[in-house]
Amino acid sequence: MISTYEDVVAPPKRFVSIDWGELWRYRDLFLVLAWRDIAVRYKQTALGVAWSILQPLITMVIFTFIFNRMAGIKSGDNTPYPIFLYVGQLFWLYFSGTLSDASNSMVQNAQMIQKIYFPRLIVPATAATTRLIDLAVAALILIGMMIYYGFAPKLIGVIIIPLLLLSSIMSALGIGLFLAAINVKYRDVRYALPFFIQTIMYITPVIYPITMLNKHHVVKILMLWLNPMSGVITNARAGIIGNSPIDWYAMGTSLISSFVYLMFGLYYFRNTERFFADIV
Amino acid sequence: MDKPILEIENLGKRYRIGANKEKYLSLRDEMSKWFSSTIRRKRAAQSEFWALSNVSFPVYQGESVGIIGKNGAGKSTLLKLLSKITPPTTGRIVRRGRVASLLEVGTGFHPELTGRENIYLNGAILGMSRKEIARKFDEIVAFSEVEKFLDTPVKRYSSGMYVRLAFAVAAHLEPEILVVDEVLAVGDVEFQRKCLGKMSDVATAGRTVLFVSHNMSAVSQLCTRGIFLENGAVACDGTVEEALTKYTCGQRNDAGELVLDTDSSKGIATLSRLYLTNKDGNIVDSFFVDEEMTLNFEIKFFKPIDEFQVSFLIQSSLGTGIYHCISRDQSGCCMLANSNNVRVSAIFLRNKLYPGRYTVNGIWIADKRGEMLYYSEGQGVSFDVPDTSPYVYRRLWNDRAIVHEVPIWDSSSI
Repeated sequence: MISTYEDVVAPPKRFVSIDWGELWRYRDLFLVLAWRDIAVRYKQTALGVAWSILQPLITMVIFTFIFNRMAGIKSGDNTPYPIFLYVGQLFWLYFSGTLSDASNSMVQNAQMIQKIYFPRLIVPATAATTRLIDLAVAALILIGMMIYYGFAPKLIGVIIIPLLLLSSIMSALGIGLFLAAINVKYRDVRYALPFFIQTIMYITPVIYPITMLNKHHVVKILMLWLNPMSGVITNARAGIIGNSPIDWYAMGTSLISSFVYLMFGLYYFRNTERFFADIV
Repeated sequence: MDKPILEIENLGKRYRIGANKEKYLSLRDEMSKWFSSTIRRKRAAQSEFWALSNVSFPVYQGESVGIIGKNGAGKSTLLKLLSKITPPTTGRIVRRGRVASLLEVGTGFHPELTGRENIYLNGAILGMSRKEIARKFDEIVAFSEVEKFLDTPVKRYSSGMYVRLAFAVAAHLEPEILVVDEVLAVGDVEFQRKCLGKMSDVATAGRTVLFVSHNMSAVSQLCTRGIFLENGAVACDGTVEEALTKYTCGQRNDAGELVLDTDSSKGIATLSRLYLTNKDGNIVDSFFVDEEMTLNFEIKFFKPIDEFQVSFLIQSSLGTGIYHCISRDQSGCCMLANSNNVRVSAIFLRNKLYPGRYTVNGIWIADKRGEMLYYSEGQGVSFDVPDTSPYVYRRLWNDRAIVHEVPIWDSSSI
């Protein structure tokens, strides 16, 4: 009856790569955990899923008033500011939500980590999945706004959406994995994270167009190469609203930098995860 | 013979006491630690602790192995290594079968989710596929006896219902190797019996079971082989009887009597010796139900004191306090200290404790105003109450009750 199956548990090696086969064997757990996070999210709330719409909607109204009406920031390409802002926010909220969920995921599931073995990567990865649901719900408002303002997405815009999502997922997960691993040891992450996220929002072209930085050349280059969300948001606007051409340079910097973040995050996470159960 | 299903070779696990042991660290702590350690280099050496060292044994398919030992002997660490929760420091484990570990019932249960949802969640966490859970769903529900509340969030469950549901899911795992930690110490007696039954089904069905428990009768019922761990090493590997005998014999040494080193004691008073005696005055470590039992405390006073009082605690093996006795309860008086060395005895004319293992500890010595002079933390003596007694005309079951009492029975016609 003994199968040829053989699994050796030994002291950890210096470098650990990703065990894709194992991740595949645990796919059911991944789906169930993702489902759990979605199912639990709006339990015992009166408004339920409406929160996924209300949050970006209210933020949009307030930001439009403050940054557009009062501070006089314009979209730069004659796009009405509310829709300009909303597209940016859509991706930003996905990024920041995933980043914060992923960073806290290990600590939140500490109980489970100490009592059962599973590939730890699954937990932060579910964060990226559940936030997609919010993104989809919030996109409904966008559709409404596009009808109201009379915009139709270009074909190229629809085609690049998967690339934009891919880049957002890679960057949020990459940084999230790194912070999740740090968070296991140092709970400082929990306090620093909201502040960190708020800060990077201002160095991401969410409330202003990246063209505003044309005069500050070095800043713009740094922003494009260091912050993958800059290219994502710029191109999301170009693709979905269609008032500017797709910036393929920005698309490239986004994909490359987010890939680097992901690899770094995975490397760090994989090489520290075995001690999570001991120190979390 | 086939290759062993589990091969454990030179297994060792080291923990660092200090830096990594603390539950909650912040960068600031770490920085100040770093700062102070650079100033006082010599003190920076961290103390190491080997929770397990050089543990080797094979397990063959179909064996049910009971792992026993005192708290801190390395049992839980061994299970954690076997379940891959934490990596070994040395040695290796070869696992030739799917391992399911049950270190806790209800791992990952979410209070907001319903019973039905939690079955799927917990099943997946324990390593069952969705199909497998769907197939066994009805069986799980029937075993758990919570049909009526399947669609109620488990946060509204009573603790008994919660545990039953959690165990029901775990009981339907079908791995080749099952690793179980002390999880049977939950739920009511009826349910515990049912769980034990289920576990022995698993063991007799040809699966391999590794079982850690403090419940000796459960170990001897379930297991054929016993491994006794002591200070992180295998002290005995043989039949379950051999291991249990070795374990209980090993414990005898500090059972019944405890002599404390008083040379380095400071303060006003200290406990120098604690021992248990029977009616004949012999030091013993087990008392039958209804037998006379005397607790003797020898106290050393370093300063003259006229009056004092003593209290102690008798706890069950699960740590539940059963008696908390204080000398002053006897007519409100304190005891007199006529000399520097005093023996205090507390006599229980009839031991009412139910069969099981008990500990006398938490010994507290105070002056007449209740000002504490001494307190023994964690040190004490233990004794057993066997499940048969010459004074009782029937067998008494472990854990069925806490105290044995014979009320005045009467019957009359009405």
